[in-house]
Amino acid sequence: MKINNKNRIALTGGAAAAEALKQIEPDVMAVYPITPQTPIIETYAKFKADGEVETEIIEAESEHSAISACVGSCAAGARTATATSSQGLALMNEILYVASGMRLPILMVVAARALSAPINIHGDHSDVMGARDAGWIQIFSENPQEVYDNTIIGMKLAEKAGLPVMVIMDGFNTSHSVENLEILEKEQVQKFLGEFNPEKSLLNVDDPVTFGPLSLQNSYFEFKVDQDAAMRAAAEIYADINAEFAEISRRMHSYFEAYNLADAEQVIVLAGSTAGTAKDVVDKLREKGKKVGLLKINLFRPFPREEIISALKNAKNIAVMERAISSGTYSPIYQDIVSGFYQTDARPKIQPYIYSLGGRDIFAKDIESVFEDLEKGDISKEIKYSGLNKII
Amino acid sequence: MLNFVLCSICPPRIDKQFLRVEVGMFVRLWYNAKMDHRKIFEIIFHARGGQGGKSAAEIVAQAAVNEGKFVQAFPQFGPERSGAPTKTFVRISDSEIRTHEPITDPDVVLILDETILDSSEFTNAETHCNASLQRNVNLIINSKKTAEELRERITCKGKIYPIDANGISMDILGQPRPNTVILGKFVQVTEAVKLESVTSEFRKIFEGKLGKEATEKNIQAIEKAYDAI
Repeated sequence: MKINNKNRIALTGGAAAAEALKQIEPDVMAVYPITPQTPIIETYAKFKADGEVETEIIEAESEHSAISACVGSCAAGARTATATSSQGLALMNEILYVASGMRLPILMVVAARALSAPINIHGDHSDVMGARDAGWIQIFSENPQEVYDNTIIGMKLAEKAGLPVMVIMDGFNTSHSVENLEILEKEQVQKFLGEFNPEKSLLNVDDPVTFGPLSLQNSYFEFKVDQDAAMRAAAEIYADINAEFAEISRRMHSYFEAYNLADAEQVIVLAGSTAGTAKDVVDKLREKGKKVGLLKINLFRPFPREEIISALKNAKNIAVMERAISSGTYSPIYQDIVSGFYQTDARPKIQPYIYSLGGRDIFAKDIESVFEDLEKGDISKEIKYSGLNKII
Repeated sequence: MLNFVLCSICPPRIDKQFLRVEVGMFVRLWYNAKMDHRKIFEIIFHARGGQGGKSAAEIVAQAAVNEGKFVQAFPQFGPERSGAPTKTFVRISDSEIRTHEPITDPDVVLILDETILDSSEFTNAETHCNASLQRNVNLIINSKKTAEELRERITCKGKIYPIDANGISMDILGQPRPNTVILGKFVQVTEAVKLESVTSEFRKIFEGKLGKEATEKNIQAIEKAYDAI
């Protein structure tokens, strides 16, 4: 529990993830570089070269191979982690379903980035939203502190829930931004995680098993429903692990962060680094007597629908701001929120927004104008685009 | 003006060193007042790719962390090419920094390469850079020119502090390394962090890479820029 000064440091989000991974010290990390994730695995490779960790680092020839190696090592019974971004995550897509279908507790840190084409290396949530139905638990992070915490929480969650976990930070906005954070001692992290003892593993010759066998009309359906039940059950496990983590860190995380939400009439819902900017805007508008609030989503898959909807039920107007397009329909969080409200009697007006695709800057004034629109009741079913240049 | 006021109120036996300290104190008081008002002290570093603008920004940030402050340091995320203009943002505060928006209204602008003044960031009247110079921003620039000469070239409402960081660096190190040298001037002008914090952070990062002798020379160069009027 003792926190000394040497544990109060400043790191980029990428370095914070590497620091957390160092303290986790997985048995295997299979990696392939891609911007803006590269600093994570570079830093980790340096830890290995300096003899600070004994992890087996597998330098694969592509992300598809990296995640495949993770599947192999995790099935063999090794604590396994990797990291990627954007095209890398897209290339892994096929194996993401294999990992979750085989119920392998792999930890993957994602520095979320736009997808090609046109090519763009900057931050948005297109990549992780594309993987939202792949059966991976997804946790968003606002800043390097949350990246550090979520990486440690995510490892334990994966192993307790028997499902792979994605810990998500905003590419560049978080992965390359130096900010203060407080870290734990390695021993604390190791004690928190405990030993990884999978129920079944390939190398346990006393209990031979098959992973990912052929499963046709007679059993595939049951496998998938069972897997989804595990995903739904993961929400409660996440909450329990957060409480345990708070005991060693004094930092309590939950499904979502409710910022000035209790009496708020105008509410913004979003995930990731923009939450920090939005909190400053909420404070500024509160000083002027405006009843505004923010709901920042931490756990996105499984989606804690009832808890989120219950937290939003007093809102008059809601803006759901997203860094991803779901081509031809509304973006994912908007869909989840709106369908959640349909199961209750509350009917706030909900405006879909898309912002900051491909790293477009988002300013406090942009968020202020979203609140202004909400207050004016300027809400429609049409998607609004914050920060979009006029197309001539 | 400040010098004039001080000269007229100080008895003639007060030496130049003392006067410099007094001026520093005035500037510091003014800055502290500004920091209290804004809560967050904001800096933009302009450099060219490869000049070490990002490293310099991170030294300032880590120096502030060592003083128990909250910081943020992040590059303007563009394509990174050697020689292309780069921008790095630093925020320093006594309390938690939550915003993640880019800095558009800095307290100080540091320019490591004078030719950046010709880039569209500064010549185009609609850019944030240009707009910030129209407010009361302080400009610290690596240049042999005087403030008056620079003022002929750019419109800047705030104070201009030229420092010949290349010259100092050539004299002491024998090579142009303006990125850390300019930090001496930065500390002198703003007192946003202490000189010792900057030099000890430099030592921490570079002693292993450069060796003791070269590190001390670099620090000497930073100190020279700090003492430069």
